Amino acid sequence: MILSLDPELMQVLLLSLEVSGLAICIAVVLGIPSGVFLGLRRFPGRNLLITLVNTGMGLPPVVVGLVVFLFLARSGPFGNLNLLYTPSAMIIAQIIIALPIVMGVTMAGIQNLDEKLRLQILALGASKLQYFWKLIEEGRLIVLSALAAGFGSIISEVGAVMMVGGNIKGQTRVLTTAIVLETRQGNYSLAIALGIILFLIALLLNLVFTFLQQRRSS
Amino acid sequence: MKKIFSLLTIFVFLLPLLSCSGQSTMILATTTSVQDSGLLDYLIPKFEDQYNVKVKVIAAGTGEAIAMGQRGNADVLLVHNKAKEMEFMNAGYGSKRQEICYNDFLLVGPSSDPAKAKDLDIYEALKKIAYSKEAIFASRGDQSGTHLKELALWKNISLTPTSAEMSYLSTGQGMGETLRIASEKGAYTLTDRSTWLAQKGTLNLEVISQGNKDLLNVYSVILINAQKFPQIHSKEAQLFFSWITSPDVLKLIGDFGKDKYGEPFFHLFTP
Repeated sequence: MILSLDPELMQVLLLSLEVSGLAICIAVVLGIPSGVFLGLRRFPGRNLLITLVNTGMGLPPVVVGLVVFLFLARSGPFGNLNLLYTPSAMIIAQIIIALPIVMGVTMAGIQNLDEKLRLQILALGASKLQYFWKLIEEGRLIVLSALAAGFGSIISEVGAVMMVGGNIKGQTRVLTTAIVLETRQGNYSLAIALGIILFLIALLLNLVFTFLQQRRSS
Repeated sequence: MKKIFSLLTIFVFLLPLLSCSGQSTMILATTTSVQDSGLLDYLIPKFEDQYNVKVKVIAAGTGEAIAMGQRGNADVLLVHNKAKEMEFMNAGYGSKRQEICYNDFLLVGPSSDPAKAKDLDIYEALKKIAYSKEAIFASRGDQSGTHLKELALWKNISLTPTSAEMSYLSTGQGMGETLRIASEKGAYTLTDRSTWLAQKGTLNLEVISQGNKDLLNVYSVILINAQKFPQIHSKEAQLFFSWITSPDVLKLIGDFGKDKYGEPFFHLFTP
């Protein structure tokens, strides 16, 4: 079933990658700089923000789903955008799930970078932008783990995408919601096939990440 | 380390004891439409109190409920698709089957009614919808009893929904979720009356077509064949089967929903 590349299955797979891929890209673009900022700068309200980020890291995805649902439903504040039950709604929910994870991992990693290294960069007369950039470059491992943690959490997430996507065939059906559906119908073999694909994606990504990490540290 | 390990082992072996202390259990596999109606939340506690048997209700589509029965993963089924049920009985998976009640399906849709299908006979209404470019039809798409009924209706008018002019959404979710999606998208959908009555207050949908005898929805209970699956909880299952088919309980089913929604969710077969 997996080998025959059933078109319906391929479509589900592609949509999963597309939705979670876009969501993680946006979450990284927003989350890495803000994570670095939060990790390095001292400003009033910082502790509160850090607490919020940490809470966000443990936020149950169904709660995110519920909130996004309420906002996008016809009766909600953004109802006229007609986004509910579209891939965009799923991307929004996944960004909200991934963002605190990306921020949190980046923040923790940057803070753990050797203090001496940071002073060294500054001592070499780097501008603020160069300093930030150098830190990220040195902290490439951190960025990679933030990416892996964020992507892993959203590609495997089912509650939120089910609520805001609606699991509509050919439009918003992704790997995880398809597994729920097939199991519910008693199509265990198809459900298992989808599960294997999900597992393979996770395995492949982690292989790549591990390879990149090990190459750098050796 | 060894100590921790042995403690853990003891704990793991004790776990099953925690879950079945003193009370016996059984599994009732049923459909989401029954679950969404609230009938089981009303009935099951009465049975549990009377017989001290814990009932685990698994609500899935008729397809999975039947698949659970075929693997001996359920003790009693409460389902609504006669063709599939007869297939199941003929293959020897069930030992007893009894039709207990019925309600009916109805076609609901947005009040704007883009296909001009309101108050037509179900088949005329479906044709109108199928040939309307503006119409959206939300299908359960999950092999549930409601989905199978919908497919049978399309088949009776020789239409393939996916190749018609309307947009056809296959939600793959339960009746409640599908009604919500239909309401948000302004789509038509086929629903059973009980879920409709329970949820219509929060939906932007209205009844488009009802009343054809082909829309009848018959629920039956099936007792899983204990000879085929020795592992099932046959004593509890027997108790449940005779309890739910007893006149007193049937009366409870026939009255369910009357006080709250003005009409009963289910009708009984007059003997």
